[in-house]
Amino acid sequence: MIMGYDKRFDGRKQYEMRPMSAKVGVVPRADGSAMFQIGKTTAIAAVYGPRDLHPKFLQNPRGGLLRCHYSMMPFSGHGERVRPGQNRRAKEISRVMEASLRGVVDLNAFPNAVVDVFIELPQTDAGTRCAGICAASMALADAGLDMKDMVAAVSAGFVHDRIVADLTYEEEHYNEFAKGLKEEVHVADIPIACQVSNGEIVLLQMDGKVSAEFLAEALEVGKKACAEIGEVQRKALKERFTGGSL
Amino acid sequence: MSDQLFVKDRDVVVPGETLATGLSYIPGQYMYREGNNIIAAKVGLVSVEGKVLKLVPLASPFIPKVGDVVIGVVEDVMLMGWRFNIGGPNSAVLNVKDATNEFIGRGVDLTQYFGLGDMVFCKIVNVTSQNLIDVTMRGPGLRKLDGGRVMRINPAKVPRVIGKDGTMTKMIMDETKTDIVIGQNGVIWISGSPEGEVKAANAIRKIDENAHMSGLTQAIKRFLEGGE
Repeated sequence: MIMGYDKRFDGRKQYEMRPMSAKVGVVPRADGSAMFQIGKTTAIAAVYGPRDLHPKFLQNPRGGLLRCHYSMMPFSGHGERVRPGQNRRAKEISRVMEASLRGVVDLNAFPNAVVDVFIELPQTDAGTRCAGICAASMALADAGLDMKDMVAAVSAGFVHDRIVADLTYEEEHYNEFAKGLKEEVHVADIPIACQVSNGEIVLLQMDGKVSAEFLAEALEVGKKACAEIGEVQRKALKERFTGGSL
Repeated sequence: MSDQLFVKDRDVVVPGETLATGLSYIPGQYMYREGNNIIAAKVGLVSVEGKVLKLVPLASPFIPKVGDVVIGVVEDVMLMGWRFNIGGPNSAVLNVKDATNEFIGRGVDLTQYFGLGDMVFCKIVNVTSQNLIDVTMRGPGLRKLDGGRVMRINPAKVPRVIGKDGTMTKMIMDETKTDIVIGQNGVIWISGSPEGEVKAANAIRKIDENAHMSGLTQAIKRFLEGGE
């Protein structure tokens, strides 16, 4: 018998997500902004635009361009300083974020223009691209852009012998912790982004190895979790535009 | 009938929210129909008028339309006119013949009329599919804005600052003894005594923050009179 993965490190149930909170309008200078927190992962998104796009060769006369900039803050990781700015990982994540959001935002009214979404992560504990997408989607709505739906994202994953929702750093790296055991331990991280109202998948990535049955289970878990996140997003957006001081 | 309404009048809705189901309800602007459902496509306040749903956006980028009066900043002086920035990615062109009745010959230095950075209150007369915009200064009240101060609010909230038939702006102008010009692009110009300008700016900021509330005119009146 090897060390089993019977219980999650933080005592959550198998399909339970970490506690979430969201706030819209956190960057007053921006055209739209939002913060999304899930467990120890925090993402802040700020939207600027539509505005002039330079260099000019990137301009598209048929409609606006959506650009994402993903960045982890230097102190955000696990003690190692994260070098700020662009790197291969940040570029890839920016691209997949763009791809997952482009389908819901309508920028046809803004030819040759760009909408920039800056996503910063002050604190990370796995699931950063998902938290980033959740924050970005709220920030875009806050900027008053035409959107056919909101996008929510979460990672589902396979750890040792089962599918769990919303992996932490320890769970993502379970195979490293379990090194030296007789049996090889598999881990797969599967970030999923869905449109909130109809559950259509707009982002699906996988890092690791998993069987077809478990992948199907992960998709189901991810979709349910996204619907739950969608509720948090809606509540935060409505809070921004209700209340007041009269 | 299975037609059903999921929202009340004056509810705040977010994109992707289902407002009603059934073909007897009629979607307005900023919403779309998918299957039988009517779904919101912008953050805003819904109003229900019988079977017709309307959505008033609470935030929006400026989308130029013919007839909009805007405040532009001169960003370039060209051979036969000026180019203004009227907010966001939009730039508008004012031709000399639409700027003044004076005769201006070829090759005259146009900066003697409007220089770089000057602010001008003008009206949009043409918008192409690619957002190439022409403006004119022929019209009542259209002029160059000298002195004063400028503030920017979200273009979606301009109607609240203007109020019904301009009542809100008129009230602020009377109470603070200032001159206020509002562009549909969310640029607001205020001119008067320094105290009056600050008070007017604070009142407008308050409207911007509370645009979704009802009874705004009364609240702003209290604010202007009481000064709290």
